[in-house]
Amino acid sequence: MPILEVQGLSKSYRQMGGDTTLAIGNITCAVEAGEFVSFVGPSGCGKTTLLMSIAGLLAPSSGRILVKGREISGPPPNLVLVFQEFNKSLFAWRSVLGNVRFGLQARGNRSREAEARARSLIELVGLKGFEKAYPWELSGGMQQRVAIARALAYGPEVLLMDEPFGSLDALTRLELEDTLLRLWAELRTTILFITHDIEEAIYLSDRIWVLSRRPAEIVEELRIDFARPRDQVTTRAEARFMELRNDIYQRISGEGGR
Amino acid sequence: MNGSRDFNRRGWLLFAVLLLLWEIGSRSSPKLQLYLPPVSQILITLGDLLRAGEIVKHLATTLARFVEGYIFSAALAVTLGVLLGYFRFAHSLVEIVIEFLRPMPSVAIIPVAVLMLGIGDAMIVAVTIYASTWPVLINTIDGVRRIERTLIDTGRTFGLSGRQTLWRVILPAASPTIVTGLRVSLSIALILVTTAEMVIGSRGLGFFILDQERSMNGAAMYAGIVLVALLGYALNRIFLMFESRAMRWSNAMSARESL
Repeated sequence: MPILEVQGLSKSYRQMGGDTTLAIGNITCAVEAGEFVSFVGPSGCGKTTLLMSIAGLLAPSSGRILVKGREISGPPPNLVLVFQEFNKSLFAWRSVLGNVRFGLQARGNRSREAEARARSLIELVGLKGFEKAYPWELSGGMQQRVAIARALAYGPEVLLMDEPFGSLDALTRLELEDTLLRLWAELRTTILFITHDIEEAIYLSDRIWVLSRRPAEIVEELRIDFARPRDQVTTRAEARFMELRNDIYQRISGEGGR
Repeated sequence: MNGSRDFNRRGWLLFAVLLLLWEIGSRSSPKLQLYLPPVSQILITLGDLLRAGEIVKHLATTLARFVEGYIFSAALAVTLGVLLGYFRFAHSLVEIVIEFLRPMPSVAIIPVAVLMLGIGDAMIVAVTIYASTWPVLINTIDGVRRIERTLIDTGRTFGLSGRQTLWRVILPAASPTIVTGLRVSLSIALILVTTAEMVIGSRGLGFFILDQERSMNGAAMYAGIVLVALLGYALNRIFLMFESRAMRWSNAMSARESL
């Protein structure tokens, strides 16, 4: 049984003036436990709406979302969303350690093991020594590391990530991609990732769903079978990588001319 | 105002010079002395009054009324403010009422309060609550409304219940603006307590000041005023001490942002 299933999901908004606009068309897909899967699509295609719906933060207009076979009707306990806007998502009044412990405390877990887990995740994302710092004292890349550690400390079975590296500079971005892959290999968490960066999706994923322009629909599914662990230099230099990149690019930009 | 608590030598020097000018001016003109006794005489009178004990009771009365009114208004205003900040419908419903009542000088409701509650402690505390509610209410509404949607959603994705969201996300996120409101209403509460005491009281520092004026006791009247001023100064210092501890993160964050 897939850990996460999306069945016939669509979402429409009422606009000013009363017209309704369709943000997500009719999306059906399934994610297996332990997979790293990405949605890639053009900016403004409704990706964030899709992920918010899967996270249980937005009610779909039709269709349903199942986590381990059970339909959700709100944020499920075994699934956490990492937001793109880490600066708006971190708690400015909590230290790095306080932020990472947040999820565990919300579950009422204030034990020593909980704190040890938070500390080990801070170390895993490469922030050892910054436990007492406040988020606003850190760079953007470090802030997103805090947000990732916070989400993983909660111990989710599925991690949803909404363009988490979208507002970072190119170099930081590559570093964080590798950090994320390392964490994923270590913790075996299922990851559902959203990005508009085609190469990022290829580099990270086992599978990619290519989304159309608004209303978002899946126009192609691709299996990415580069060996792991992957490498920023050699993996990206493979001929197959370029092939995939061009294929997806044409698929997305071709959509626009339709 | 915030940040470094270094001793302000220049400021205290000017303060001392002004007191000195007051002393000299008053002593050099017998006519002026009738209205404005020398500082030294006022302080000696204050010392005598404090030793006699009567004025201490008035001080205690004023302080008790202040504490009662201030704490009650803070609790009321934060509760209401969170609700009105969070539920847009409720806010749009009461917005006009608030905008009419808030700019009205609060002392104008003293006669109304006297009519409804008579001339006792209840009336003075009620007027204090009424007046000091507004700054906290407006600031709390504003602070809650400015909370980023993403922050609330972050709480939800970690499975927070409504109550947990209130205590762990909404209140801390809005706390810097709430504290600003609390600081403003601190002085408003003291103004209202003393004013109400002047109008109807038979106890309290406000009453004492007016009573001494009517008995042509200039020095004692000024001693009462100095005591109210000291009370206000002390309350504000206590508040700032609490604020700089509790809001250290917020002060440090805004100091960084303004760089």
